[in-house]
Amino acid sequence: MTELLNVQTLKTHFSLREGQVHAVNGVSFHLNEGETLGIVGESGCGKSVSVMSLLRLIKSPPGKVVDGRAIFNKQDLLKMTDEEIRNVRGSKISMIFQDPMTSFNPVLTIGRQMTEPLEEHMGMTIKEASEYSINMLSMVGIPFASERMNDYPHQFSGGMRQRVMIAMALTCKPQILIADEPTTALDVTIQAQIVELVKKLRDTLGMAIIWITHDLGIIAGLADRVAVMYAGYIIEEAPVKELYRNPSHPYSMGLLKSLPRVDKTAQHRLVSIEGLPPVLYEEPAYCPFAPRCRFKVARCLVENPKLIPVGPDHRSACWVDLQTGKERL
Amino acid sequence: MTSSDTVLLHVDKLVKHFPIMRGIIFQKQIGAVHAVDGVSFDIHRGETLGLVGESGCGKTTTGRAILQLQKPTSGQVIFEGVDLVSLEKKELRKMRGRMQMIFQDPYASLNPRMTIGEIIGEPLRLHGLADRKESNEKVVDLLKLVGLNPSYANRYPHEFSGGQRQRVGVARSLSLNPSLIVCDEPISALDVSIQAQVVNLLEDLQEKLNLTYLFIAHDLSMVRHISTRVAVMYLGWIVELASREELYNHPLHPYTQALLSAVPIPDPDAEEQRKRIILEGDVPSPVNPPSGCRFRTRCSLAAAICAEQVPEYREVSSGHFVACHMVA
Repeated sequence: MTELLNVQTLKTHFSLREGQVHAVNGVSFHLNEGETLGIVGESGCGKSVSVMSLLRLIKSPPGKVVDGRAIFNKQDLLKMTDEEIRNVRGSKISMIFQDPMTSFNPVLTIGRQMTEPLEEHMGMTIKEASEYSINMLSMVGIPFASERMNDYPHQFSGGMRQRVMIAMALTCKPQILIADEPTTALDVTIQAQIVELVKKLRDTLGMAIIWITHDLGIIAGLADRVAVMYAGYIIEEAPVKELYRNPSHPYSMGLLKSLPRVDKTAQHRLVSIEGLPPVLYEEPAYCPFAPRCRFKVARCLVENPKLIPVGPDHRSACWVDLQTGKERL
Repeated sequence: MTSSDTVLLHVDKLVKHFPIMRGIIFQKQIGAVHAVDGVSFDIHRGETLGLVGESGCGKTTTGRAILQLQKPTSGQVIFEGVDLVSLEKKELRKMRGRMQMIFQDPYASLNPRMTIGEIIGEPLRLHGLADRKESNEKVVDLLKLVGLNPSYANRYPHEFSGGQRQRVGVARSLSLNPSLIVCDEPISALDVSIQAQVVNLLEDLQEKLNLTYLFIAHDLSMVRHISTRVAVMYLGWIVELASREELYNHPLHPYTQALLSAVPIPDPDAEEQRKRIILEGDVPSPVNPPSGCRFRTRCSLAAAICAEQVPEYREVSSGHFVACHMVA
């Protein structure tokens, strides 16, 4: 498999009145062709900021990408000129967002919003662009696509709006689709429709996907590989089955145990992770999860663990081996 | 029957329609949103009834109509032997202490200008149950009960995280020693690791104080964890109601089956094995619900009878109710 995207030591800070918030603290990951990478974490862990940094969508000020590389097609996304990154966004790497309502222009018809970039970027005529758009809308399962081109965003239901957004994101046949919690605002039966649609499109178009979510359930059936984020760090990374069978960071393990399952009745109380995720104003000289961790040892409080290999393709940032409960050497 | 089996709340053919009006001076009703349309169920003392369904199915309206926060259009709500619908305002007010609500959004349901202590103590003051000193003592007890430091009483809501605010909401709902608490999506605004904290708290309190919950949620996994019995709503109807094990292991209504199959399981091996029933389309508008069975427009089993007759809500086996023509 060829590597499509390689991100190294990405760091993003926000200058706020309270201080310098370290939102992303040296995140490294890669994405192979046709692969689906899940990035999982709770709100504020830096998962959205990481991918927004890649596409240079962080508003500056207050945000700033202070370090890192993101190699895509042999070029560093973070060093491109504004012109160059504009050509990447939407055409080679495109993104869909959580709330489809706020991502559309409410006063333009869906047809206008879909055809404009085609005329602009791909030099199509109005007629070509609208034919192309109608095809895209049918592909994502919008019934009566040619009539619906004249509708405004508010005339679509939440699920249909998300389908339109997917159609727009895929118009230029991107190599990478970044999906930032695209189903969080939707009902579970509609969520299932959208996930099924994305899987089908992935298999027919062959794009790679980065799927950001807080829902470990969705990722289980969708991703090939998963990265778990906490406090701006990737704290564990593994192939999907390995992560769920063998979580080797106390945070991933805690998250998995805190989830009830729809197919089984739990006989015990839910395991909760006490306390709250931190907001980091400086680079911590300790493991950021240590204050909430049941397994912590002395070393956790004086040294922040890096991702270390714990199995094939499996890396975890923890000083403790959870199987033995002893410190790793 | 033991005392814990007795019925605390009996809801009979509860209907709540919201009128749609036209005109400014000469207003005329031109239609109605059929939010809740003839819902009947019992809640037993000490149990948790889970009420699940997708957004817009009427589960929140059901909760609010039970508490008379919205006057039902018709139907009966008998709580501790009293029909709440027919009560005068003053008498109803006396009952309010016995039934409380925990709201979904911990950011919107706490007054930002009041301290935590004032928020939790306010019900006591309004009901004339405690003077300032007693109320302060009670607030300290309640804060301890929900796992918050009593010294937080003088702080304002914005100083707290979502999970802590939800604890404040729980403490407020407990201040008048209610027997029934309607939990309206109490955890859906919280992060995963915090959800478990709040659910564990609710379970502990139920055991300690012998509380009865109506737990409204759309997260079917969490409902399975917390409920004794579960009711599934679709477009203003309860389409199926059964004990937890029965409903999750032997769902009868095609909607329940589809809903359960749509919930992702946090286990890649289980996900591989699963057969998903993907429902087509969206929920129809409650302004103009389909004739006959309301689910028929999305149902794979729908036959001619489903468009003509409203399916009867009936008991097919002990304690298992379902409204579907196709269930034998």
